[in-house]
Amino acid sequence: MTQLALVIDLNVCVGCHACVTSCKSWNTSGAAGPLSDQNPYDADPTGTFFNRVQTFEVGEFPNTETVHFPKSCLHCEEPPCVPVCPTGASYKRESDGIVLVDYDKCIGCSYCAWACPYGARELDESRQEMSKCTLCVDRIDNELLPPQDRRPACVMACPTNARLFGDVHDEHSEVSIAIRERAGYQLMPEWGTQPANHYLPRRKVEIRVDNDQLTRSDNPLNIDRRLPQPRLEEPSLDDSTSW
Amino acid sequence: MEATLKQYSRPVDEVAEVKHTTCYMCACRCGIRVHLRDGEVRYIDGNPDHPLNNGVICAKGASGIMKQYSPARLTQPLLRRPGSERGAGEFDPISWEDAFTMLAERLGHIRATDPRKFALFTGRDQMQALTGMFARQFGTPNYAAHGGFCSVNMAAGMIYTIGGSFWEFGGPDLDRAKLFVMIGTAEDHHSNPMKIAISKFKRAGGKFISINPVRTGYSAIADEWIAIKPGTDGALILALIHELIAAGLYDRDFLVRYSNAGQLVSRKADSDEFGLFVEDKESDPINPMYPQNKLWWDRFTDRPVATHSEGADPFLLGDFTLADGTPVAPAFQLLKERTEDYTAEWAADITGIPAETIRRLAFEMGITARDQKIELPIAWTDSWGKEHKTVRGNPVAFHAMRGLAAHSNGFQTIRALSILMSILGTIDRPGGFRHKAPFPRAIPPSAKPPSSPDAVKPNTPLGGMPLGWPASPDDLFVDDQGNPVRIDKGFSWEAPLSVHGMMHNVITNAWRGDPYPIDTLLLFMANMAWNSTMNTSEVRKMLIDRNEDGEYKIPFLVVCDAFQSETTAFADLILPDTTYLERHDVMSMLDRPISEFDGPVDSVRIPVLPPTGECRPFQEVLIELASRLKFPAFTGPNGERKFKDYPDFVVNYETEPGSGIGFLAGWRGVNGDKAMKGEPNPRQWDMYAKNNCVFHHVLPPSYQYMRNWNQGYMEWAQRMRIRRFADPILINIYSDVLQKFRLAAQGKRSGKQPPDHLRERIETYFDPLPYYYEPLESQMTDGIRYPLNAVTQRPMAMYHSWDSQNAWLRQIHAHNYLYLNPRLAQSKGIADGDWIWVESMWGKVRCMCRYSESVEPGTVWTWNAIGKASGAWNLTGDANESQKGFLLNHLISEELPVQADGRRHSNSDPITGQAAWYDVRVNIRKADEPGDDHSWPQFDPMKKIAKADNTQRHQMAYRKTAGGRK
Repeated sequence: MTQLALVIDLNVCVGCHACVTSCKSWNTSGAAGPLSDQNPYDADPTGTFFNRVQTFEVGEFPNTETVHFPKSCLHCEEPPCVPVCPTGASYKRESDGIVLVDYDKCIGCSYCAWACPYGARELDESRQEMSKCTLCVDRIDNELLPPQDRRPACVMACPTNARLFGDVHDEHSEVSIAIRERAGYQLMPEWGTQPANHYLPRRKVEIRVDNDQLTRSDNPLNIDRRLPQPRLEEPSLDDSTSW
Repeated sequence: MEATLKQYSRPVDEVAEVKHTTCYMCACRCGIRVHLRDGEVRYIDGNPDHPLNNGVICAKGASGIMKQYSPARLTQPLLRRPGSERGAGEFDPISWEDAFTMLAERLGHIRATDPRKFALFTGRDQMQALTGMFARQFGTPNYAAHGGFCSVNMAAGMIYTIGGSFWEFGGPDLDRAKLFVMIGTAEDHHSNPMKIAISKFKRAGGKFISINPVRTGYSAIADEWIAIKPGTDGALILALIHELIAAGLYDRDFLVRYSNAGQLVSRKADSDEFGLFVEDKESDPINPMYPQNKLWWDRFTDRPVATHSEGADPFLLGDFTLADGTPVAPAFQLLKERTEDYTAEWAADITGIPAETIRRLAFEMGITARDQKIELPIAWTDSWGKEHKTVRGNPVAFHAMRGLAAHSNGFQTIRALSILMSILGTIDRPGGFRHKAPFPRAIPPSAKPPSSPDAVKPNTPLGGMPLGWPASPDDLFVDDQGNPVRIDKGFSWEAPLSVHGMMHNVITNAWRGDPYPIDTLLLFMANMAWNSTMNTSEVRKMLIDRNEDGEYKIPFLVVCDAFQSETTAFADLILPDTTYLERHDVMSMLDRPISEFDGPVDSVRIPVLPPTGECRPFQEVLIELASRLKFPAFTGPNGERKFKDYPDFVVNYETEPGSGIGFLAGWRGVNGDKAMKGEPNPRQWDMYAKNNCVFHHVLPPSYQYMRNWNQGYMEWAQRMRIRRFADPILINIYSDVLQKFRLAAQGKRSGKQPPDHLRERIETYFDPLPYYYEPLESQMTDGIRYPLNAVTQRPMAMYHSWDSQNAWLRQIHAHNYLYLNPRLAQSKGIADGDWIWVESMWGKVRCMCRYSESVEPGTVWTWNAIGKASGAWNLTGDANESQKGFLLNHLISEELPVQADGRRHSNSDPITGQAAWYDVRVNIRKADEPGDDHSWPQFDPMKKIAKADNTQRHQMAYRKTAGGRK
């Protein structure tokens, strides 16, 4: 059975927010929109986003890590937001595991948002409907788009290619290989939600310098450095010792 | 799935109309696809077939739609209401015809009497080829773009050393590098290509080191972050050079053949030739502008020989005596002596980086460069005719930008960086730094500014390029007394190598009438009453200050912009520009193209939407004015208009009649079958439109590397007229250009002489070898009272001041904080989130602070240009940007303190005039009085100038249901 998901590579995410606004741009005028904004040009602007980047620091100076952490609906395999929905609006699509909201059935009660341990759902203030990442179903399902465009907007936008998209149940897929080989992990697995989205951790590269790399016969100083040549008549041991 | 989509009353299986153009949400210039629904923008994404961004887009680019439909759009020409005060923001609409008539009359009079009294300065425009040409045709010396206050040190420091520079002129080859060192860069120039490259580099297993006082942006994913004190990068780099030379970790072969390291410099102290390269007067200099008859001291025969003599190999170290008794030494010997005392321990005290870290860094660079050589099976021939079977590379790459540049010691720091890159043998080689066309160029490039006030004559084009590259004091644009000709004092003894001008001093100088008053200042897309100016509060006063006769000190201020910036309030005449989606543009080889490492690239914008309201592209305004003022290049023999409009100009203009060189390099020739050079092609725009708006000329592999000294490339570049000469461009380890200025200051050189009060300054800073000095403002600041460095960085989701009008982007950065290390904050009793006062010797601001462990404790920082004046950009008066956001510029002066002799210098690098934004020193204290709950200073709310209703007639579908404006 197919389970579409995002695998987000924290090793290369620079926190540029391309995924945030490309998502907004596609979806606000798409099937899952509009994504409203409140006070767009006034005090305390706010609005609906399906995807946000949180930035936080780990450690104390100078051993500080700055972590950019993009977060959207994780399309759980056991989504707690689905059973709590009183109208059946919140559901998991059988064909590919995407968790969706049927707006026609949504009454905006927010039970699903309370049930979601990841804070991934946003009630659109203007519409009073629950909204969330759809993995751009209106792109991936749209057979009129060229095949290479049938991917989520955020995936296409990401300048560092930090967002991989595919079927995590297909062991040969790019995403499954990345999870397997690069220690992909789920958020809060202890909740038993089995998030389909995974994250790839930071990796460190070090360069090792050995002493023998610093003491070599091909050192160019040996070419240019003329060793001092004392005059013959300068005093030497030969002048003062006899045996 | 069906159920999912069906229930939406929203578009399903939609295929929008797609048009291609080029982004302008920042200066990066990615290819974009604009998806239109019913003639309105529905979505913008990256063009997968574009060489710059390969389909990706950034947060700004993806929000372009909200700029197009911004409420801050200016939509009609506006004239300051008669009788109203400048700055009060009271305007009446005026027709374009009346505006043109008014401008043509005023400018025509200035041009016929004293062309200096018209000044044209532009901001982040991408049309300097045209704006510069307009100024030159007008005949005014007073033109520049924003480079002087942006990053000119980076351009000048590198171009005067290696003949190319970072950003669109060259960059790190991260496809092949193994070690990447980024210094003084957060998220800056060339952002999407840099993000793409860093990601590929990291996935390929390279080590990424970031050296920066702050860990944000790209630094976040660095394998190692080295925190450094601002303004001390030069000390670090010089120590790295010291350690590399001491350990013998330099690429001797590269330096010998491709730099001036082995060339002999005169050490005859009492001679007028002291510090200059010895020239063999007997042999042919080949090119008198760039003489090649220099000498090596040959190791094999132990005597001086012409450089690059077959079979010779020069000593790089040692002292020698020529037959005539002149003591000489190779340039590398002088570099070694210069860096002798610049040990890791010395630099540790200055930079705050432990000595062992500096030494390890040097070893990692040197060993990676030496032991992980790349060898590509590409045959090429060097400039001296030697055939090479392979191209070799040392895989250590660097990138640096404003963190180095925006200090008053930045030029010498960047010279040092260029030398570091050179001794590692990484210039235009795989895995190192690689040039982009039209670079490399000669050192310095051959374009020169005018050298005499006689270049300015009524009704006559300027006698020289408005901007150029001085090679000696004789190229300075000064009068007989050595006084500046330009209003910004560019190319004068105060900043001789100010190759991008000094826009940050224009308003102050014009206000003071020093060197002379002007009449009309035309600003294009430059927010000089706010974030683009230093000393913001005072500059705003200068703009409204009057002479005793009641006339404004700057009598007429014309502002062309697409948006209601802070500066528009001070305009006498506002000309509404279009957005990037409504205009033709060219990213021209004559300006700043988007070339790739593998060959020249230029590109265009083609309108995807009609202009909003009465907006007109600024280029059309310039061409209209140029035609009315009958500039020679814009009119025919009988004074008739030569170009119908800007697209017509781009196609048909040639730099000289029949030159075949025009604004676009692609699809030239009558049939469009010529590249780089060829007759005008009437269908050129169509051909760009059919080809993703981009022209990419991929060079054969043998021309893609070692271009400074690549005979094949040089001859091709010469045939294509990219270069005048095909001479090799030797890296300037030692800069005799700088030495010539120093000799003039010492009275040892005939020709132009500095005024006496500037002799010592020139002698000090024009050092032919890089050296470290404390930034000028720090030298003049009470370090006890103002112990902290304060810097800004540009966030990834905002391009300077442009995006506070953008409803999506301002939700990411609605206001800014001052970030402090908690150890510093706690020592001052400041809690996370407190309101604080930040004070420099120039002024103070009140702002909110945030604790951060990602900043070294001696530095405080904030995001650039998030803070806005109340009401600007058509935000409401209570918007976060003005009430909680703040601008650091209030703490930064455009001039240094008054000296003992009563004079004041620009707060700039004394060599290039680069604005020293990051030199300011501050202190902080908690703001705990009643009322300390909003940012300070505050200004009277700006009146609404933009008639947003006009732009909002067609609203986006989403906005019909959105909250919209209250």
